[in-house]
Amino acid sequence: MTRVILSALASHWRRNPLQLITLLAGLALATALWSGVQAINAEARSSYDAAAATLGEGQFAQITARDGQPISQQRYVALRRAGWAVSPVIEGRLNGVRIVGLEPLTAPGGLGPVGAGGGADIGAFLSGAGQIFAREDTLARLTGTGAQGVVAQDAAPNTAVTDIGLAQRLLARPDQIDRLIVAPDQPLTRRPLAEVAPDLIQSAAAEGGDVARLTDSFHLNLTAFGLLSFAVGLFIVHGAIGLAFEQRRPMVRTLRALGAPLGRLIALMAVELAVLGLIAGGLGVGLGYLIAAALLPDVAATLRGLYGADVSGQLALRPVWWISGLAIALGGTAVAASGALWSLARMPLLSGVQTRAWAMARNSKVGAAASVVLLVLSAALAVWGQGLLAGFVMLGALLIGGALALPPLLSLVLTLAEARARGPVSQWFWADTRQQVPGLSLALMALLLAMAANVGVSTMVSSFRLTFTGFLDQRLASELYVSAEDATQAAAILAIAQDQADAVLPLLSADRQVAGLPAQVYGARDHATYRVNWQFLRAVPGVWDSLARGEGVLINEQMYRRAGLDLGSVVAVGPGASLAVLGIYGDYGNPIGQVIVTENVFRSLFPDITALRFGLRTVPDRVAALRTRLQEGAGVPDGAMIDQAAIKALSLSVFERTFTVTTALNVLTLAVAGFAILMSLLTLAAMRLPQLAPVWALGLTRTRLALLDLLRAVVLAALTGALALPLGLALAWALLAVVNVEAFGWRLPMYLFPIDYLRLGGLALLAATLAALWPAWRLSRTPPAHLLGVFRHER
Amino acid sequence: MLLCLRDVVKTYPGPGAAVLGGVSFDLDRGAMLALTGESGSGKSTLLHLIGGLDTADSGMVSIEGTDLTPLDDGGRAALRRGTVGVIFQQFNLIPSLTVAANIAFQARLSGRHDPDRDRVLATRLGLSDHLHKYPEQLSGGQQQRVAIARTLAPQPKLVLADEPTGNLDEATADGVLNLLRDLVEETGAGLILVTHSERLAARLPRRLHLQAGRLA
Repeated sequence: MTRVILSALASHWRRNPLQLITLLAGLALATALWSGVQAINAEARSSYDAAAATLGEGQFAQITARDGQPISQQRYVALRRAGWAVSPVIEGRLNGVRIVGLEPLTAPGGLGPVGAGGGADIGAFLSGAGQIFAREDTLARLTGTGAQGVVAQDAAPNTAVTDIGLAQRLLARPDQIDRLIVAPDQPLTRRPLAEVAPDLIQSAAAEGGDVARLTDSFHLNLTAFGLLSFAVGLFIVHGAIGLAFEQRRPMVRTLRALGAPLGRLIALMAVELAVLGLIAGGLGVGLGYLIAAALLPDVAATLRGLYGADVSGQLALRPVWWISGLAIALGGTAVAASGALWSLARMPLLSGVQTRAWAMARNSKVGAAASVVLLVLSAALAVWGQGLLAGFVMLGALLIGGALALPPLLSLVLTLAEARARGPVSQWFWADTRQQVPGLSLALMALLLAMAANVGVSTMVSSFRLTFTGFLDQRLASELYVSAEDATQAAAILAIAQDQADAVLPLLSADRQVAGLPAQVYGARDHATYRVNWQFLRAVPGVWDSLARGEGVLINEQMYRRAGLDLGSVVAVGPGASLAVLGIYGDYGNPIGQVIVTENVFRSLFPDITALRFGLRTVPDRVAALRTRLQEGAGVPDGAMIDQAAIKALSLSVFERTFTVTTALNVLTLAVAGFAILMSLLTLAAMRLPQLAPVWALGLTRTRLALLDLLRAVVLAALTGALALPLGLALAWALLAVVNVEAFGWRLPMYLFPIDYLRLGGLALLAATLAALWPAWRLSRTPPAHLLGVFRHER
Repeated sequence: MLLCLRDVVKTYPGPGAAVLGGVSFDLDRGAMLALTGESGSGKSTLLHLIGGLDTADSGMVSIEGTDLTPLDDGGRAALRRGTVGVIFQQFNLIPSLTVAANIAFQARLSGRHDPDRDRVLATRLGLSDHLHKYPEQLSGGQQQRVAIARTLAPQPKLVLADEPTGNLDEATADGVLNLLRDLVEETGAGLILVTHSERLAARLPRRLHLQAGRLA
């Protein structure tokens, strides 16, 4: 009996291959969207990590020799034996290229191409002739080294990273180390540095770490986008499964009437779906891999990569993506099918045999009520919620609530349009469009989520970019940042800078508790650099003048939020010094509080602290000469000087790449949603004949009916887009103002990009039109005999 | 006794009296009867109760001594596979299967498939030239004949025909009924034919008339 039932079920797909293809394609595309986004996210993350790592090791504390001379290999070994988790670095120039030699086995995570998971083969990196990681143009200048060049587009410009042994050989500095990177987690039992190596000094992590931490926020938002793509995929899977069940509903009823037991029928359909889910899931994961490889500009898709092999420059599809992709396909199928199977199990055996408009049965009132509950929950969490979990629940409630609100809102708008329509055809058009809403609701919800995700993500990314570049301008206003190892070197730097630079801005800082929180107190010189480049979230009028007069302090957003301070609040910044808050500034990426006082106040509060770091202002053309002068005259190593132009260029190039990928991903999401509409329209086309035939018989041509169908799709997409805009903006706001604040303690400003939204709306209309073209064309070609069949009751 | 009904009552939710208000009758093996009545008199409901497609509120429906009332869905499905064959007014053919596969379907489902019998039935019902076609390629009369062949292929003990000629013209309806009657007679099965047509009802040896849910 099982075989007989299976053969009947399978015969449906044989006779209706298009339905099978749409089901498989729906499942596969949903899976592809998920796995593609995961792959792109992972690549974007490693890209940021690699970029942060090659920016310099400023994110870690460092140990250098007091006299500025190289550290010997023996000193390094002695420190390791004393329990210090340090990693050696050598740096020098070869053919004008900055060569950085790392020791990959001891380097802290995220440092260099190996640690960053950038696709390096650690064996090749360490052994034989070795490998050199750099940009293509940089590698071209390093021919003849005998080492294998590996293209790493994320590497800093004009910088090559390699194993320390190879670097020592290339730089002709055997057994020499320039500095030791101190891992963040150190054993508590290690002996003090002064005892093990009194000739070495440790310096704290440099400012550049902020930039690396800033990207953590972006990672979180990319994860949120992954969840969005999952939601879109789930709706599409739900739609595909629902339609597949609906198409076979009459057959199931007949099979039951002929004696097929319900339980076995349901079980066999579940098994059949699981098999289809697995096939489509496998196809989807492969497709997602190809999509990701196509979207990412500098990774290649290979068969080896598909099996998860770590090959430099190639996208590796890791087992977890296979598993999660198949789990999404199977899980999504199971979730979608459970409702459909339950509906089949409860389907009365004796009700009309004709196919119902399947989604009609869905209780629209329940959906509307659930939507209101979820949106209220989301709003309540936005106002009163605490913690990251509450932020994500709010996000989920907002999305699902918004999606569920779509059908009742569409019905309301269409009812109003119908009431205002005058001509008979327009009245029928609006009424018929309203009747189509339940059948198309899942596809339209997928479109809504896809558009909202696009609005939300593009708003988030663009806002992030504007904030990020503004932040870079603010924090890296000086052309060159120099760190001194001690006061002597600082004096030497000052002496050179006074002569060579246009201005010297000492960076004075002290760690202390402010308003009960750990914070850094900075002393800023009154200079146009700050006045021009710094922007405030909130500030009193004439803030810089007041600060220069020593009348108050500036605090970062973290301090403002966590300590509950506001403009005018008085904070104790030092012994006997309590000053009013004059301004609050964004300090993206910094985990702790920050207070800025003017230089004079700082020096009076902390007379023992001398500046070891300086921002040097000069014209960009003179930066290279100034570097050389500082290197030669004050013994400042390359790694202790940060060229802001290079950092900005690298950071912005990483952003441009993310921008390109997210834009392409947005188009892909829309295309998938368009496909969901196509599937729904094709499926509904057969069910719609009884509705269209009477209108045709009454005098509307098939061509006109087809054009009206096309118009219907555009109208529905436009109405969906109108709702997607506020939902997407709410989504962006939730990501920037709620999730980000809960996760990192600071809020990203939100900017609006109307031109982007208009372009997105145009794309959505295009997707809907393309999706409706084929069904409309088929309708225009429907033989009159088929339409007449409706009246013969022989269908 | 093939079929025994005692005080069968069936009510559907909503206002109004019972669709069936206590129906009782018997049918012997090999016997045939026509069930007539106005629209809404309960003919189809009665047929569905006998065929195990629905359950009675009270009373007893017994086929070959087996009471259907306590049977669960699986038990009633087994009854439809083996003992009772139902010919539907709307044919209920499986559109994705060929005529030949449709004819064989119920016999295969019940485990009593005999290809020779399929061939005989197809020949007798004039379907030999259409075996590889799909239902949508047939006329209404041809589709009804496929439905008859599918029902008779597993040789059920009781054939229930719900307005089997309702969609056919008079001449075709006569031909279909003649064939149905002959084939049922040959297998020794019982037949209950639900029809609106006095003319067709008169061609069966026994007739029951339902009026407002009761036998008149």
